[in-house]
Amino acid sequence: MSGDLDAVIGRRWRRPPLVRQAWLRWAIALGAIAYLVAAVATIEVNWSRVYEGLDRGAAFILSFATPDFTTRAADIRDGMLESIVMTVAASVVGIAISIPIGLGAARNIAPMPVYLICRGIVAVSRALQEIIVAILLVAIFGFGPLAGFLTLSFATIGFLSKLLAEDIEAMDRSQAEAVRATGSRWLQWINYGVQPQVMPRLIGLSMYRIDINFRESAILGLVGAGGIGATLNTAFDRYEYDTAAAILILIIVIVMGLEYLSGIIRARVQ
Amino acid sequence: MPVVEQSGQKVWQRRTRPESLLRWALWLTGTAIFVYCWHQISSATTWYFVVDAPRIAGDIWDRATPPKWNYVTQLGRPIWDTLNIATLGTIIALVLAVPTAFMAARNTTPSALFIRPVALLVIVSTRSINSLIWALLLIAIIGPGVFAGVVAIAIRSIGFCAKLLYEAIEEIDETQVEAITATGASRWQVMAYGIVPQILPAFAGIAVFRWDINIRESTVLGLVGAGGIGLQLSASLNVLAWPQVSLILVVILFAVVISEWVSAKVRGAII
Repeated sequence: MSGDLDAVIGRRWRRPPLVRQAWLRWAIALGAIAYLVAAVATIEVNWSRVYEGLDRGAAFILSFATPDFTTRAADIRDGMLESIVMTVAASVVGIAISIPIGLGAARNIAPMPVYLICRGIVAVSRALQEIIVAILLVAIFGFGPLAGFLTLSFATIGFLSKLLAEDIEAMDRSQAEAVRATGSRWLQWINYGVQPQVMPRLIGLSMYRIDINFRESAILGLVGAGGIGATLNTAFDRYEYDTAAAILILIIVIVMGLEYLSGIIRARVQ
Repeated sequence: MPVVEQSGQKVWQRRTRPESLLRWALWLTGTAIFVYCWHQISSATTWYFVVDAPRIAGDIWDRATPPKWNYVTQLGRPIWDTLNIATLGTIIALVLAVPTAFMAARNTTPSALFIRPVALLVIVSTRSINSLIWALLLIAIIGPGVFAGVVAIAIRSIGFCAKLLYEAIEEIDETQVEAITATGASRWQVMAYGIVPQILPAFAGIAVFRWDINIRESTVLGLVGAGGIGLQLSASLNVLAWPQVSLILVVILFAVVISEWVSAKVRGAII
């Protein structure tokens, strides 16, 4: 024992390495370096084009100092309004649909067939990118905010149902049992035994999702699904950086406002 | 407890009269806003197309199946590009996010009055703008290609990584920092031995999590011309080559599932 101690004393302490086997450590490091070299080597950068673009980049950054809200005021207002309208409608519908699906996707309250169906819906909705869903829905329903509204609702279902289901699975069973012991019906059981436990979390997640939906609604216009994205795209295409800067500033301000609002609401319900 | 008299009997109520009126008014306002929004959407919609939608959907499905499997040989390079956009973008973002996070965290910022608000502004503004918009902007500046995609993903990810990281820094155990400080360590030694070991697991988790998200996002960057498999997707969509579109969608789905699996495995191993 004292021999061990003597051997340790006087030796400088060294931080234990992350990976214990030396060969594995080296293999991972070498592999990572090899990949990075290969990855960087295959990226073609047209440096003269980048150099030319630097002026435009500077112009864009400077245009944040002089955003132009007036020249395209009508376009910006219509686009923003459409984005907000899509966000509100899609959030309401998406949240309303994701509550029953969330209940169905919780293993502790749903029977097996319902559970599998609901989990399937959640998986499909989460695996598909919003923008890809939007492309398909625009092809099916035509251009306009309806496709955007459907896309956002669909994406909301995957996000909210999954997190809601996980919250229900993690709930305190004894409270739900107590309500059930009074002889309540299924709906009463959900309403008085389960709902009060998950409500604060549901409100918090819904606020967060509204925030995400607004941000997503800003890009759906790129594929023709309505919202401010179309206006933004046009502004970039015409190199109207001051208008683009104005739109981006508006988006940032609204997102910050939503974040602030959701902070207040979350603090109140919890 | 609010109690009202109803035909001579006292009845318990959950809320007082003003409270229930206020709630009713809020619900009414909310419903009115929703109805207005729905009206806006429906008046901007050509309902004739919507009625026709099931037939169109069936038509597209017929055209898109079966996927053109042998087209997959042409997707090798786009997938490699997509992987590179996600990985290099994540690495650049992490390099930039670390100093931003240290400047934004209340307990490590050099100046809470001047530097912290700037760092928070960087975090909010990079986070609230989608990578597609960043890509659109970068393509206008530096031209289309993989490079624009890498930079777009990098900028977009700074805010996300820095936000999660600075929250982790603010939640560290101060007693460990104090212990290191008590040995007479310098500012950098406190950082290296008191703070960094505590946030390292969170950092690794954030890195892998963001990489997973970036794989998803980089698959569609090509739609605006920023390289990766999205380029093939938009090219196929433009010529209405539905069997190619469905194959690309299958490949994207496959890539997303694999990246999610890798990320879950790595996170499980680290944390």
